[in-house]
Amino acid sequence: MTPQKTTPRRGAKTRTGSGAPMVEGSAWHTRVAADAPVLEVEDLEISTTAAPTQVIVSGVDLSLRPSEILALVGESGSGKTTVALAVLGHFREGLHRTAGSVTLHASTLVDPVEMTALDREVRRGLRGSRVAYIPQDPASSLNPSMRVGEQIREVLDIHAYGDDDAARAERVRDVLREVGLPDDDAYQRRWPHQLSGGQQQRIGIAMAFAMHPDVLVLDEPTTGLDVTTQALVLDTVRDLTIKHRVAALYITHDLAVVNEIADRVMVMQRGEVVEVGPVEQVLHDPQHPYSRTLIAAVPDLAGRNKIWEFEQRRRAGEFDPAEADDEPAESTANEPGTGGKEARVEVNEPARTTEAAHDDGVTLSIEDLRVAYGSNKVLKGIDLELQPAQTTLLLGESGSGKTTMARSIAGLNANWTGTIRHRGEALERSTRRRAAQQRKAIQYVFQSPYSSLNPRRTLEQSLSVPLEMTGEMTARQRRERVGDALDAVRLGREFARRRPGDLSGGERQRAAIARALVNMPEVLVCDEITSALDVSVQASIIDLLVRLREERGMTMLFVTHNIALARHIASRVAVLQQGVIVDEGTTEEILTNPTADYTKELLENAPDL
Amino acid sequence: MAASGVVLTPLQRFFAQRQAKVGVALTATIVALALIGPLLLPWATGYTATEFADQPFRLTGPFGTDNLGRDVLSRFLSGGLTLITLALLATAVGIIVGMIFGTVAAYTGGTVDSILMRANDVLLAIPQLVFALLAVTVLGPQGWVLVMVLGLTHAPRVARVTRSAALNVINEDYIAAAEMYAVPRWRIIVREILPNITGPLTVEAGLRLTYSIGGIASLSFLGLGLQPPAPDWGLMINENRIALAVQPWGVMLPVLVIALLTIGTNLIADSIARTFASTKVSEA
Amino acid sequence: MIARLIAKRLGISILILFAVSLIIFFATALLPGDPARAILGQQATPERIAAINAEMNLDAPPWKRYLLWLGGLVTGDLGTSVASGESVGALLGDRLGASLLLMVIAAVIAIPIGLLVGIYSALRRGRTTDSAITIGSLVLAALPEFVIGIALVALFATSVFTILPAVTMRPPGTQVWDFPAQLVLPTIVLVLAVAPYIVRMTRATMIEVLDSGFVEMARLKGVPERRVIFRHALPHAIGPVAQVIAIQLAWLAGGVAVVEYLFRYPGLGQALIDAVTYRDVQVVQAVVMLIAVVYIVVNLLADVVGILSNPKLRTGGAR
Repeated sequence: MTPQKTTPRRGAKTRTGSGAPMVEGSAWHTRVAADAPVLEVEDLEISTTAAPTQVIVSGVDLSLRPSEILALVGESGSGKTTVALAVLGHFREGLHRTAGSVTLHASTLVDPVEMTALDREVRRGLRGSRVAYIPQDPASSLNPSMRVGEQIREVLDIHAYGDDDAARAERVRDVLREVGLPDDDAYQRRWPHQLSGGQQQRIGIAMAFAMHPDVLVLDEPTTGLDVTTQALVLDTVRDLTIKHRVAALYITHDLAVVNEIADRVMVMQRGEVVEVGPVEQVLHDPQHPYSRTLIAAVPDLAGRNKIWEFEQRRRAGEFDPAEADDEPAESTANEPGTGGKEARVEVNEPARTTEAAHDDGVTLSIEDLRVAYGSNKVLKGIDLELQPAQTTLLLGESGSGKTTMARSIAGLNANWTGTIRHRGEALERSTRRRAAQQRKAIQYVFQSPYSSLNPRRTLEQSLSVPLEMTGEMTARQRRERVGDALDAVRLGREFARRRPGDLSGGERQRAAIARALVNMPEVLVCDEITSALDVSVQASIIDLLVRLREERGMTMLFVTHNIALARHIASRVAVLQQGVIVDEGTTEEILTNPTADYTKELLENAPDL
Repeated sequence: MAASGVVLTPLQRFFAQRQAKVGVALTATIVALALIGPLLLPWATGYTATEFADQPFRLTGPFGTDNLGRDVLSRFLSGGLTLITLALLATAVGIIVGMIFGTVAAYTGGTVDSILMRANDVLLAIPQLVFALLAVTVLGPQGWVLVMVLGLTHAPRVARVTRSAALNVINEDYIAAAEMYAVPRWRIIVREILPNITGPLTVEAGLRLTYSIGGIASLSFLGLGLQPPAPDWGLMINENRIALAVQPWGVMLPVLVIALLTIGTNLIADSIARTFASTKVSEA
Repeated sequence: MIARLIAKRLGISILILFAVSLIIFFATALLPGDPARAILGQQATPERIAAINAEMNLDAPPWKRYLLWLGGLVTGDLGTSVASGESVGALLGDRLGASLLLMVIAAVIAIPIGLLVGIYSALRRGRTTDSAITIGSLVLAALPEFVIGIALVALFATSVFTILPAVTMRPPGTQVWDFPAQLVLPTIVLVLAVAPYIVRMTRATMIEVLDSGFVEMARLKGVPERRVIFRHALPHAIGPVAQVIAIQLAWLAGGVAVVEYLFRYPGLGQALIDAVTYRDVQVVQAVVMLIAVVYIVVNLLADVVGILSNPKLRTGGAR
């Protein structure tokens, strides 16, 4: 399933499928004949309506031709969804257009229309029929108390598709087949909660394509889907846009996906467009410093992007000379002068005294780890060894049991069976029953930095907890150690007095890592710690982890769903599928010569730069 | 998306609402009246409570006398303190007991949680007022009975709110982190959970105070709260309502202050809830 | 699937009712006093006391008395009133009807008004009408029902206008519904006490639903606004709103006491207050039990509505 580039076929005069309410000589036809865009956004500005007016999006220009996919890329808060919804003439509560226009050349109307200044009824008639929207989260966008067939049918009924009920019923079946779903009545009578995430998203796509729209807006439609499902959804979207000559605006934060699907790409930063151009050009020869930063942060399978050097390159001004060493959070990052301390830690590490017991050079060994919730077997006998001072990437899609496995190792989950040995010594199931030294030696970092720090407590209070619980230090020593840890994660010790609410997501995750570091652990378990973060923040966290491992000689288990991170952080990879490790070996072996079919499938479907 | 530069403290956000200002003003006025009223008595009326005895419905003086010839203004000025004190105590009992049970149920989970919540359902099946009537039947109409019965009937309702708020917090990873570091369980409750549910608990306290005032006043009105000859707003209404047409002041004065007081506390409770809701939005 | 869920709720309800009966019986069994002597009054002789004790099983151990009482409840025998010596069933029969009449009328008026005003308020979110409704319902919700009642009496029955009766008069042999004018004020008080809560909850639920992803999606599909509200949003508000209505109806069962007392309405609540005043244990037990039954039935109904309105529960949530 190698990605094929979309080649607009502008020759075709009619579209496939019957019943599309097209008007000969419409605005759409005129534009197509002139090889001109069917959607034009000019100088769009959107602001908040509330008193201290804030401009959310400004000066956005974009245009879309039939069969063309334009990717709109940006990190969280860039305003990309706001722009996407404006194309449908929709603004969320508290936002409104303050300048510019959104012009649609519809195939049902003789004249072009201005979407943002349209009579309510006319605009409603265009939404879902001429401009269709595919939302980010299918689970919350499908009405949970309406059967899925009915939800597709509703679009056709509202916009009076075809001549009669039979035509509409037939169209529902057609469009279900087009998106690769069963078209029988039994399937149509299912409720959304009875479908998988991928199926739900395809229902969303079917709804969008049902009326043969002229313009399609896709808002991160594959976020949260597994790579295999994502590849299927992307294929479906690409095929249908070409087949039906639909102009598509594809919102995403994922540049690898852009590479797979789009013809052109537009990069947004803080509500403004910083760069626009053909995909090839923007991805391989970005002009704007922000685009350069973004692209440099994308992990690629081949490891050419070297995101473990991301911060170094950013500081060297490689992306943007003006921003060299200008990041406030980073400017404080003194190299942690921990030479002496490191030495002390080595001495301080009593776990090493047990080396004689069973030490076979393995830091952590897992034998026959099993977890079951009732009849649901989550882990079905895991064997894995973590080598000292190495990073092992634990790869798994949602439902594979990877988080359960990480939590069992950390002692957060107590209902496992099997054996986990640390330096040859079997560990108790829950942390409360483990020895203080074992608790110190194995540390765990949570996925979401928005949830892992108590919002009511300062970083110093939160970060002191692990030290208080081992009870070996005075308050002054603890404060010193917390400061060191904050330095080590490049936040700086002056963050000690701050609370999570004042911090960005990346800063919070650094603080959470610092909490895991205060006890000078031997093993660091990182559970999807970059998946809630923007790609550039992910890059600097990866960079940080690589350097911490080098400085401290830690053994790391890096849990992720993103195979592209492998070459950037890990020397070994273990692939987990439905509670079983199906592939394990050095990163090189797994990526170039995988043994399991599952790994091959993942590698094939993973979008890449 | 970054908020505008101005960051308001919760207190500032609370007072930025007009209804909060009105609520605080109303409540403060009535509480002040209840507190200072007894001291003003001779000064305000110029005569003592018993001077008009055996001269029912005398309409001289600012608000006349009641059917036993007692000066309405004097009784009115001294009739609020017990009501407010009892209501505050009942609220405190309800919040403390409910908070303890709700947090423990949420944090312990499993069987303890199920048992506590089923017990809660049983207690909730008897309306508060009916429970109070039952208690008064058994124990008699005394102040401490009112406090305990209202407090204890608040408790299951408070426990329910506390539990659901605590469950949200318990699902957060910082609780899992504390568990992981083997922090003692009581410390997890005190340091990690309780500080993060103060918002809903304060809202609940405001609501419960409103209902406590209403409940105690209602019981007195039914003649089952404070007993004669105690000066009490609820009891005054009960004693004087037969003569509503002849001497409205004996009824209308206490009705008015009870209305204003409950409106005030309810406005405060709602404003706290709004403050709390906007905090959540700004943190998202 | 549905049947199983509902059967489970029914089982829980019966268990709760059983526990409630335990609480009521043993709480009131603590009462000091001698019921037989109370019934007989001046005519108490040791023989007659013994006879009554035997008749009412007052000599039996508490658990046996409880079982006899519970058996009586189930078979419809509510015992004998200590104060009047009459059968409790006969005493409460008429009054139960009178109370139910008041509650049903109040519910029939308050529920649709509450729902409509709540939905309207949610749709006008942030505008003047919405703010007015929000503040109005907040103020009404704060007021104890006797305060509302007295204000209405002063306004319509005594001080300002005298167009409605302030108290209920029921000559022997007539029924409360023979005098509709007497029902007006009690009903209005109950409606004003109950409707604000329904308004507030309906508004809050509707706003939450209107902000949800599938409502935004429906609008982006071009669904007409009326259909968005009635087909997409409203079904999701039914479950939570049914819960609040249940709580309010159950509250009516207790709150009606104050209103009945205020208007001297010959209902269950009035009977309860009289019984409390005279410490008439059998009547108190029976009335509290009846109120608990109302509460549990209404809540069960709300649960059933919640289950029926949610396809996830209906189909068991399995993929």
